[in-house]
Amino acid sequence: MTLEPLAFWALSALLVGSALAVVLTKNLFHSVLYLALALTGTAGIFLALEAEFLAAVQLLLYAGGVVTIVVFAIVVTERLVGERITQTSRQIVSGVVVAGGVLIGVLTFIARAPLPATRPPLVADVTQAIGQLLFSRFVLPFELLAVLFLAALLGATYFARPDE
Amino acid sequence: MPAGMLPVGTSAMPLHAYLTLAATLFAIGLFGVVTRRNTIGILLGIELMLNAVNINLVAFARFNGDPAGMVFTVFTICITVAEVAVGLALVILIFRIRRTVIADHLDLLRG
Repeated sequence: MTLEPLAFWALSALLVGSALAVVLTKNLFHSVLYLALALTGTAGIFLALEAEFLAAVQLLLYAGGVVTIVVFAIVVTERLVGERITQTSRQIVSGVVVAGGVLIGVLTFIARAPLPATRPPLVADVTQAIGQLLFSRFVLPFELLAVLFLAALLGATYFARPDE
Repeated sequence: MPAGMLPVGTSAMPLHAYLTLAATLFAIGLFGVVTRRNTIGILLGIELMLNAVNINLVAFARFNGDPAGMVFTVFTICITVAEVAVGLALVILIFRIRRTVIADHLDLLRG
């Protein structure tokens, strides 16, 4: 008996609750804070799946980096206090229909698929295995990622340049 | 990871549970993308959807004992960060031109 079911259910409740808050709350700034909570909960799920390295990357890049950029964009485009930051949703019904349809489709597929119920024992250090794969089998995508980052860096700088 | 922190081979939560959680998060994110009017709100929904995919990748990698799925997760996380940076730069640029970030008001491509 491990603590994994307990952790899984607690993290699931946290994730679903904060994800619903992200899409439903009126205040955009609160929305971003709930997103940070959801991303941190995902890091917990990664820990439950014994992927410590990914949990750390998730916390650093997502919960740290992405949330910071989004908050920065909100500060630039909206007033933090006042009613400008409140956001409305529309077409709730069609949103529920689309999302519910996708959810039901995926869940019926998952329910039918033959999936393993138990995980194989860990044979080696997962972080070490990721590092070795990254620099052997996946070295080309890894290098292409550097090109992508360069393009994204230049593109973002170009788009957000000061007016001439 | 020191093997033995968890009793190996005896997982109480099956893969189904993780996939169901990820599907739920994906649907919630999709709902946000469809219903939000603010462009930044739409981006937040996309973040939730990509996050759900990451959970799927890690769960499959762990249950199949193949760390290649976790390498893919590293790639998706990095690409998501680049996507958010460029997307928000576009939002800021559009805000400068149109003074709005409401998606309904953006018709720059209308001929």
